[in-house]
Amino acid sequence: MAGRREQIARARAEATGARLAGQALPSGGAWVTAARREALARLQALGLPDRRDEYWKYTDPTTLSAAEPIAAALFDLKGEPPMFHEMDRLRVVFVDGVFDPAASDDLALAGVEIERLATAAAADIHWARDLYGVLEARGQEPVPRSLATHNTAFAEDGVLIRVTGRTEKPVSLIYLHRAETSDAVLHHCIRLEPGAELTLMENGAGAARFSSVLEVEVGEGARFHHVRAQGRDHERRTHTHIFARLAERGVFKSFTATVNGRLVRNEAFLELLGREAVAHVAGTAVGDGDFHQDDTVFVTHAAESCESRQVFKKVLRNGAVGVFQGKILVTAEAQLTDGYQISQSLLLDEDSQFLVKPELEIYADDVKCSHGSTSGAIDPVQLFYLRSRGVPENEAQGLLVLAFLAEALNEIEDERLAADIRNRLEAWLARHRPA
Amino acid sequence: MLEINDLHVKLGDEDIAILKGVTLSVAPGTVHAIMGPNGSGKSTLSYVLAGREGYEVTAGTATLEGADLLGMEPEERAAAGLFLAFQYPVEIPGVGNMTFLRTAVNAQRRAKGEEEMSSGAFLKLVREKAAGLKIDADMLKRPVNTGFSGGEKKRNEILQMAMLEPKMCILDETDSGLDVDAMKLVADGVNALRSEGRGFLVITHYQRLLDHIRPDVVHIMSDGRIVKTGGPDLALEVETQGYGDIVDAAEPA
Ligand SMILES: Nc1ncnc2c1ncn2[C@@H]1O[C@H](COP(=O)(O)OP(=O)(O)OP(=O)(O)O)[C@@H](O)[C@H]1O
Ligand SMILES: [Mg+2]
Repeated sequence: MAGRREQIARARAEATGARLAGQALPSGGAWVTAARREALARLQALGLPDRRDEYWKYTDPTTLSAAEPIAAALFDLKGEPPMFHEMDRLRVVFVDGVFDPAASDDLALAGVEIERLATAAAADIHWARDLYGVLEARGQEPVPRSLATHNTAFAEDGVLIRVTGRTEKPVSLIYLHRAETSDAVLHHCIRLEPGAELTLMENGAGAARFSSVLEVEVGEGARFHHVRAQGRDHERRTHTHIFARLAERGVFKSFTATVNGRLVRNEAFLELLGREAVAHVAGTAVGDGDFHQDDTVFVTHAAESCESRQVFKKVLRNGAVGVFQGKILVTAEAQLTDGYQISQSLLLDEDSQFLVKPELEIYADDVKCSHGSTSGAIDPVQLFYLRSRGVPENEAQGLLVLAFLAEALNEIEDERLAADIRNRLEAWLARHRPA
Repeated sequence: MLEINDLHVKLGDEDIAILKGVTLSVAPGTVHAIMGPNGSGKSTLSYVLAGREGYEVTAGTATLEGADLLGMEPEERAAAGLFLAFQYPVEIPGVGNMTFLRTAVNAQRRAKGEEEMSSGAFLKLVREKAAGLKIDADMLKRPVNTGFSGGEKKRNEILQMAMLEPKMCILDETDSGLDVDAMKLVADGVNALRSEGRGFLVITHYQRLLDHIRPDVVHIMSDGRIVKTGGPDLALEVETQGYGDIVDAAEPA
């Protein structure tokens, strides 16, 4: 066994060395340089993920760790309107991971300080130093999430948002993929002061290989809503990390829709640190054929009377693979915890797979925690019932698939955003119906 | 309008014959009742006509207004005018009852080359039909049959029938599980649809429903065959004497 462990350690060191070879940390002011150096030291100690790691049992990280990205063909929307295009929002556009000022709105919004990371990084001190890489570093226990550490060390772009009031419109991060071999590394920090509110949207595939870290500090009684649509590019490879820390009565709600993609790993590491905080994280993933999508979620309840929900639904066809690893950790202080976790897949054929690892670890005695996971096909009796009323088979299937996704879609609070996501899923279903 | 001729059906995956030569003819404007012991094949007949998977027709024919039902997909049979009120209505969590009704109504209109109904016209029609069956707004909003009581499910079947206005209605034990008042509502719903062009096949165990919906013809089914056919009096005979004599008399020597 020691031989195998040594082998993995050697492979990891080699892969990490290859990734870092010839790469210097980006230059910047004192605060960001300190954060990047610390991250680099952490990364060198942890090493990049290896496919033999238990934490990567169901998803092979090789192409995410590799020195170079694999090229990915661009996706043509063919004139279809992009997501959220009808909403009044502050648009912040990144092309292959680089901020595009011409395509973006002015970074000015009442109740919000919003700044490009590249600009803030030039300063010697900045509020973001309490956040940048700080929450990511907290998320390295009990398992290393070193792709995020790599991101902290090397990200040159992203946004830093400090919210002091109620924002009049959402901030919308738009990621355009324009070069077939782009390798994007974006890092965003968001701090919601007590009582503040922000809705953040993200959409687009962004690059051939896309790495993003989002660190969110939710102050007392503050509310953060996050809705993300990860673009439609079939060949892209994406890994995202959300690290969030919630104070008393803070609310964090995040929803992600994944459509297509050769490899997508979305991690969330959420810490409920003040009483009565609420964290919901949900997602729908639909994939046909060469599709591998992984949601890995870790929620820590460290204060009394907090609520967390994890709701993940996946629809898989033609050998597509869905993964869910979800953990709820309840510390001894976190009495009256209400934790809920559900992960379900609808397999439209026998070639597709759903791999799950749900976990509960509870040290308090007065808690309510439930988790469930199912995997199934479309119910033939329900299908027949619909057809017997004259609904054609395709349409009936579509209805049943949307019904399956409903619990996750219901997690989106804003009805307009929910409608946009639903339309996107319906269109996908219409295109991917069995002949 | 509905012509069933010497229909033989076995289970799809096993060599077990369920229907062993059913012959039946329902003329437009008439109501036929089918009675018969548990397990005699009544529901199987209704499922085979509606196109449920899992059965194999080994002989015989079934046509609706001359069109071959057995060669059609279930949705085509519905578009051709066939409707089955299920003995066990199916729950569909996540699909709103209203969405379900609208999808069905519009699918059938499209199949007939008609325009889809506007939301306004649809809402008005549903509310009117639902009120007649004492189905409240809450039941329309909830997911299809999900958490409905037995009686509510049956009334919901009749609501679907009223919305779809089929030509040939098959009701499989729509009366079972209904209280006296609900039975009256359901019967009124059926009677409201009775018309010259429409046929009914009412499967039931009880005379009570037939007091409200007067059948023209009553059939007794036993072991996969129609063993006796008569007028409304035949149902009364079953009610008082049971199936014993009728079935015994039909037993092949
Ligand atoms: N899928 C099936 N698998 C096994 N047996 C079946 C299946 N479908 C029907 N049968 C059998 O066929 C026979 C007829 O069943 P059916 O449901 O048609 O009876 P029924 O006359 O409607 O009875 P009831 O009055 O109880 O509703 C029964 O013996 C039943 O067990
Ligand atoms: Mg039956």
